[in-house]
Amino acid sequence: MNLELFIPEITLAVFAILVILLDLFVRDKSWLRLVSLSGLVIAGGVTVAMWGDDSTAIFNNMLAVDNFALFFKLLFAGIAFLVILASTDYVAKFARFQGEYYALILLSTLGMMLMAATTDLISLFVALELTSISLYVLVGFLKDRKSTEASLKYLLLGAIASAVLLYGMALVFGSTGQTQLGAIAQAIQSMSLESVLDSPALLMGIVLLIAGFGFKIAAVPFQMWVPDVYEGAPTPVTAYLSVASKAAGFAIILRVFFSAFGIPEWLSMNWGMIFAALAVISMIIGNVIAIPQTNIKRMLGYSSIAQAGYLMVGLAAIGFAPAIATQGQSTILFFLASYALTNLGAFIAVIAISNKINSDDIADYAGMGKRAPVMALALTLCLISLIGMPPAAGFMAKFYIFSTAVQNDLLWLVVIAVLNSVISAYYYLRVVKVMWYGQPASGEKVPSSGAPRLALFLCCLGVLVLGIIPGLVMRLAELAGKMFAF
Amino acid sequence: MIPYQLVWLIMLLPLFSFIVNGLIVRPFIKPKSRVYGYITVGAIGVSAVLSIWALFSVMSASHHEIPVPDVTWMVLENGVTIHLGLILDSLTAVMLVVVTVVSLMVQIYSLGYMHGDEAGYYRYYTWMSLFTFSMLGLVLSDNLLFTFVFWEMVGLCSYLLIGFWFHRKSAADAAKKAFIVTRIGDFGFLAAILILFFNTGTFDIAALHGLVIAGTLGGTVLMWAAIGIFAGAVGKSAQFPLHVWLPDAMEGPTPVSALIHAATMVAAGVFLVARMFPLFEYSTAALTTVAIIGGFTAIFAATMGLVMNDIKRVLAYSTVSQLGYMMLGLATGGVAVGIFHLFTHAFFKALLFLGSGSVSHSTGTFDMRLMGGLRKTMPWTYATFLIGSLSLAGIWPLAGFWSKDEILISSLANQPVLFWLAMITVFLTAFYMFRAIFMTFHGEYRGGDESGDYKHTHESPLVMVGPLVLLAILAVIAGWWNVAGGFNEVMGAHGHEETRGFFGGLFGAFTHTVQGVPLPLISLLVGLFGIFSAYTIYIKKWITAESLGRVFGPLYTLVSRKYFFDELYENIIVKLALMKGLFTGFTLFDSKGIDGTVDGVSDVVISGGQAIRHAQTGQLQLYGLFIGIGVVIISLCVYFFG
Repeated sequence: MNLELFIPEITLAVFAILVILLDLFVRDKSWLRLVSLSGLVIAGGVTVAMWGDDSTAIFNNMLAVDNFALFFKLLFAGIAFLVILASTDYVAKFARFQGEYYALILLSTLGMMLMAATTDLISLFVALELTSISLYVLVGFLKDRKSTEASLKYLLLGAIASAVLLYGMALVFGSTGQTQLGAIAQAIQSMSLESVLDSPALLMGIVLLIAGFGFKIAAVPFQMWVPDVYEGAPTPVTAYLSVASKAAGFAIILRVFFSAFGIPEWLSMNWGMIFAALAVISMIIGNVIAIPQTNIKRMLGYSSIAQAGYLMVGLAAIGFAPAIATQGQSTILFFLASYALTNLGAFIAVIAISNKINSDDIADYAGMGKRAPVMALALTLCLISLIGMPPAAGFMAKFYIFSTAVQNDLLWLVVIAVLNSVISAYYYLRVVKVMWYGQPASGEKVPSSGAPRLALFLCCLGVLVLGIIPGLVMRLAELAGKMFAF
Repeated sequence: MIPYQLVWLIMLLPLFSFIVNGLIVRPFIKPKSRVYGYITVGAIGVSAVLSIWALFSVMSASHHEIPVPDVTWMVLENGVTIHLGLILDSLTAVMLVVVTVVSLMVQIYSLGYMHGDEAGYYRYYTWMSLFTFSMLGLVLSDNLLFTFVFWEMVGLCSYLLIGFWFHRKSAADAAKKAFIVTRIGDFGFLAAILILFFNTGTFDIAALHGLVIAGTLGGTVLMWAAIGIFAGAVGKSAQFPLHVWLPDAMEGPTPVSALIHAATMVAAGVFLVARMFPLFEYSTAALTTVAIIGGFTAIFAATMGLVMNDIKRVLAYSTVSQLGYMMLGLATGGVAVGIFHLFTHAFFKALLFLGSGSVSHSTGTFDMRLMGGLRKTMPWTYATFLIGSLSLAGIWPLAGFWSKDEILISSLANQPVLFWLAMITVFLTAFYMFRAIFMTFHGEYRGGDESGDYKHTHESPLVMVGPLVLLAILAVIAGWWNVAGGFNEVMGAHGHEETRGFFGGLFGAFTHTVQGVPLPLISLLVGLFGIFSAYTIYIKKWITAESLGRVFGPLYTLVSRKYFFDELYENIIVKLALMKGLFTGFTLFDSKGIDGTVDGVSDVVISGGQAIRHAQTGQLQLYGLFIGIGVVIISLCVYFFG
């Protein structure tokens, strides 16, 4: 086996340990940030260098090194980079454990990278747990009542989800005798429809897998943890959760369902239909409950549930037409990249503003257009992107996903999705309205420091680039989607 | 040969100055600083140099076209690829030079003209840069989709700049009027684009030309597409019956009028017809429509120019009239004839507008009844304005003579009736321009603004006079390009069979005959007669304007009230038919039907949200239960329906 193919992961592990050790010696804690950022830059750089046409399996077919995994690795490295950049001011408030904060982010990023690469149920579970456990700790990092409660809830519900997932894996293993995804696919192809219907353990296993993954991507009805955890967690961690954790969930769903359950068509139609149904209720519940929210973090939490719904429209399209699944995958990858930049941008603006006014209430954002014009402008752009209006990235992302679904005869689903986009405009634009037309509580300016501004600038630039020249990223996504079109 | 990257740069430099002016330097520099102007002038200056280089490259290239590689902008799933591509052929190259050179002159002039304006340079130069970028994009684009995007962007810039002094109600109204009236034409253009796309599956202009020439696209489809495109051109180029917005657009700053409402944007309609010319060539009905609308607009607008007292409005009607001329030229003589007039007209009409701005800079008014005698205090403005007027009146050997001549020759050959209208227009044009000159620069000073002191009138600063002189030079020499048929050769037309050489062509104009008639000589005499008529009325006063007014009373009222078109549109169509009739019905339907439904739906959604959110109790056990219930329900569904 070629260890070179594992360099990004090794780099992150080394840097995570390095940060913890450095924390013991250095007095100026900003070094920790710098070290973490450089670790991510190295990992990301190596990932870019590894981009190529060939895909290799490593660790006894446990992990794959292909463009699909590399796309996600780069995405995760980029997200972690932006989150760390944005949490500069936030973390400076912590008296202790700054090293652990950075190390945990690096470790969970490592876990997510593994999730994107995994091709075996065993390695999948290990990667998932590595990610989750780091996140449980991060959510409770503030150590106040709300944060601790959020962390505990996340841990307990996460444990339930893991149990459900494991049960699903056990059933799949029991029906096929395999844990490796490709081998599972082969085993399923030798089964007939009748034999599966006679002993529906395989179908039950798939349902349980969907439930387990549904927890990760926050699909209704497995989303109950979202509002409480998002509100209680430190805001940078919320941003990280809402973007990276969700993307990792989709990475793993795409890999598992396409590699293992993509063929035959009656099977893929089945899970396609489940995802279509989950998409509908996620969109409706997410958007409708977001409307009465008064706390911006909770509102963004519900919005992220709805966004998962739009993404599942893409999954449903793949299930319904596995023949053109490559295209469906690339649209989901594009949506994830666009969503990552957009949602991070929104959260970074929220972090910068909330940190200074000490409130997450939407009402307190009144007059931010005057008090913090740059932040308000960026937040407006990101919210517009979340609605899916041009020229922001969200428009192209939704356009791609919806057009794929329409081509696969899912017009009814797209109609529901578009109606939901209209509903979502209400609560997104309400924030915009409050910021620009509301009466400011005081004329005092809200200052912001350099690092979050840089992160926000990068996000907004990305949102505009993806929205105006989607071809650039779409090409990468197409190459990444191609890898397991066997 | 110009590298293709630099062709992109021609268009991107003004965009760059727009971004720098509008978004980057604003926090550091005061709105009144001249730096905004320097940034714009610098960017457009480089663009102008590159454009001239591009023109020379095109002239020497084979087929007079330089290929520019495409950029793929977007791939739609069903195999439609939208390219972001540029054309650089002779038509585009000529337009590039017109746009960048006139824009450069106007931007330099504006440094003086906008000095001391309360709004400052910031907003002004930001929009001017955006306009120049959009206009360049419009002429460079190689597909209809982007042409339309830029088409709308120039419309937006026009709106923003007409309403530059938006605190004045008249300016805000004029901006709205321009935007709405052109939108009527744009609807036709958009419809045409869709017709073409659904019939051919492509937006690419060259591909469409190919389909038309090959005969794949023809018949009624082609006719409606061409007429739709022409409708867009009618709106943008202020042709009858959508001409009403252009005179009002004079509410904007004068340099804006010079650039947008004389030289470039209003000519975009003419350009569009030229760009899509094969579509018109293969549809006789469309081509005849263009000729008739153009010819009629030429004389119709010229009559209104006779009676206006605001110098900018005289020029505005003159512009409408000349745009009609260009349309007539396109329809009867082809691309080369129409575009050649566009080319020369851009320089002398920009010059005239800037000259009128210079006059008002000194007198504080645009009303010619309050001017007079300015030739002594404003010698440079007077001289350049005179050159521009002579050129517009079509006096040999100035630029206007050559381009107007071509249009007359081709219309005589193809549309004899319209030829007579065009010939009368020559007389009217010469008359109203010299009426303006005599009222403004000759006779006694009649007061100007409140101060009313002749001593206060003064020549404008060098930064304004400089562009006037440069444009005046162009207004003289621009026509000589085609004296020996050079322009026609570049545009791929062969109007002049015999090669005569430069001086042969220059003086041969007097002896040149068309169908046995010495047409150039006649049109020159008609123009001179127009000037003479103005001289007898406004200088010698052998016949007074008042007595003419009495004799032609009703006619005078009709013309000076602009044939009551504003009243027709505003009172009868908008206020009566639309407001009282159609819109009242809509309002009722809207307030009762739609609002009721929307309110009902939103109430349901909001109260639904309120209700469901109570499920979020914070109770962990309940959350866990939901996961369990979810799994059970999904399993049951799969079991029963799967």
